[in-house]
Amino acid sequence: MTAPVNVTFRIRRYDPASQQPPAWEDVTIPYTHGMTVLDGLRVIKETRSATLAWRSSCRMGVCGSCGMFINGHPRLACNTQITELGTSLVTVAPLPNFDIIRDLVPDLRPMFDAHAALMPHLIRDDVQEMYEPTGEYFQTPHELEQFLQFSYCIKCGCCMAACPTMATDPAYSGPMPLAQSHRYNVDSRDGGFGTRKQVLATEKGPWKCHYAGECSQACPKGVDPARAIQLMKRQLVFDYLRLYKQPCPSKVVPKPTEMKRRADVPEAPAPTL
Amino acid sequence: MRDQRLWTWHVLAGLVILVFLGLHMTIMHLDIIFGFFNPGDAKPIDWVSVVGRARMGFFTVSYVVLLGAALFHGLYGLRNILFELGPARGVKSALNVVLTVGGVGLFVFGAWAAWTAGVLARSL
Repeated sequence: MTAPVNVTFRIRRYDPASQQPPAWEDVTIPYTHGMTVLDGLRVIKETRSATLAWRSSCRMGVCGSCGMFINGHPRLACNTQITELGTSLVTVAPLPNFDIIRDLVPDLRPMFDAHAALMPHLIRDDVQEMYEPTGEYFQTPHELEQFLQFSYCIKCGCCMAACPTMATDPAYSGPMPLAQSHRYNVDSRDGGFGTRKQVLATEKGPWKCHYAGECSQACPKGVDPARAIQLMKRQLVFDYLRLYKQPCPSKVVPKPTEMKRRADVPEAPAPTL
Repeated sequence: MRDQRLWTWHVLAGLVILVFLGLHMTIMHLDIIFGFFNPGDAKPIDWVSVVGRARMGFFTVSYVVLLGAALFHGLYGLRNILFELGPARGVKSALNVVLTVGGVGLFVFGAWAAWTAGVLARSL
C-alpha cells in the first residue's frame, strides 16, 4: 500500500468515572514515514486528546504491554505499521475477553492469576541448589528445543484475546498460561509435572481448547500456544494411562574450572547489587 | 482429575468408534470388494445377511461396545458444548445427572435390543 497522507484513528474510548458506555472517537492525524499504531496514539495524546489512556513501554515488541485490538485483530501497537494495515482507517480497541480499566487498557489480572496458578517456574526437589547453586543444570541442545519456542512468550495477552473459548468460558485458563505451563513441563531441568497436574487435570486445564488455532495466528512473537495445548493434552492422556514417565530432572554439573577468559574479552564489571 | 479421566475416555471412545465404524463401512459399503460377513451373493442389508451377523456373538459384543463408545463420546461432547454456555454450578450438576442417567438408560435399552436380536436370530 502507498503511504497515506492522513490517517484516521477510530478509537474505543471508555472512562469508568463518567459512567457512560464505551464509545468510538475518530481522530485524523497526518501520516509520517514509518509510523506505527503506537506512534499515532502518541501523536493523538500529545496534540488532540490528552486523556487517552493505553499501556506501553519498550516500543520494540519486547515488553508485551501494548496489546490492542487493531482493525479486528489482536496485535502489538508498537509492532504494527500503519502501511501494513492496508487502509487509512485504523480501528483501535482494547483487547477482547478482558474487562476494560480505561480506554485501551485491559485488565490483565485474570490472565496473570491463571498464569501464576499454573506455577510457571522450575520445580525441583533440590531447593538448596536452586537458591545457592554449586553448579549448572545440565541440558542438551535437543532438550532445549523442546521448550525454546514457548519461552519467547511476552505475556501480551493477544492469544487470550483471540481465543474463542476464552470468550465464553471463564473457567478456562487460556492459551498463554497453558502454553507457559507446558513450557516448564517439558523442560528437562523441571520435575514439577505432578504438581502442576493438580491444576491442569481440572476444568482449568487444556480440555476446552477447540484447536481453532487463533492464538497461534495472533501471537506477535511466533509462539504456537495451540501446539503446546495439544501436546499437553497428549501428555495428560498418557499420564492417566500410566504411559507417561516424568523424566528425571537434569543433574547438577560442576561449574567448569579449566576455562580461561579470552584475552580480547574484557572482564565483567563488579556486581552492583 | 475428573476432567483428565473423562477426556482420556473420550479419546479412547473415539478410537473404538473409528475401529467399529470402519468395520461397519467395510461390511456395508465395500462388500463388493471384501464381502465380509455376507453369505453367498446376498447384499449386506438382505435378511439372510442381517440374521447371519446377528447369530454371531462377535457382532452382539461389537454392537454393545460401539453403542457404549458412541454414547459416551457424543454425550461428553454435548456436555462440553452445554458447559461452554456458562451455566451456573447447580445447572452443571443437573446436566451431569441428566446426561449420565440418560446415557446409561439408552445404553441399557440398546444393549438389551442387541442381545435380544441375537437370541431371536439364533432361534430362527
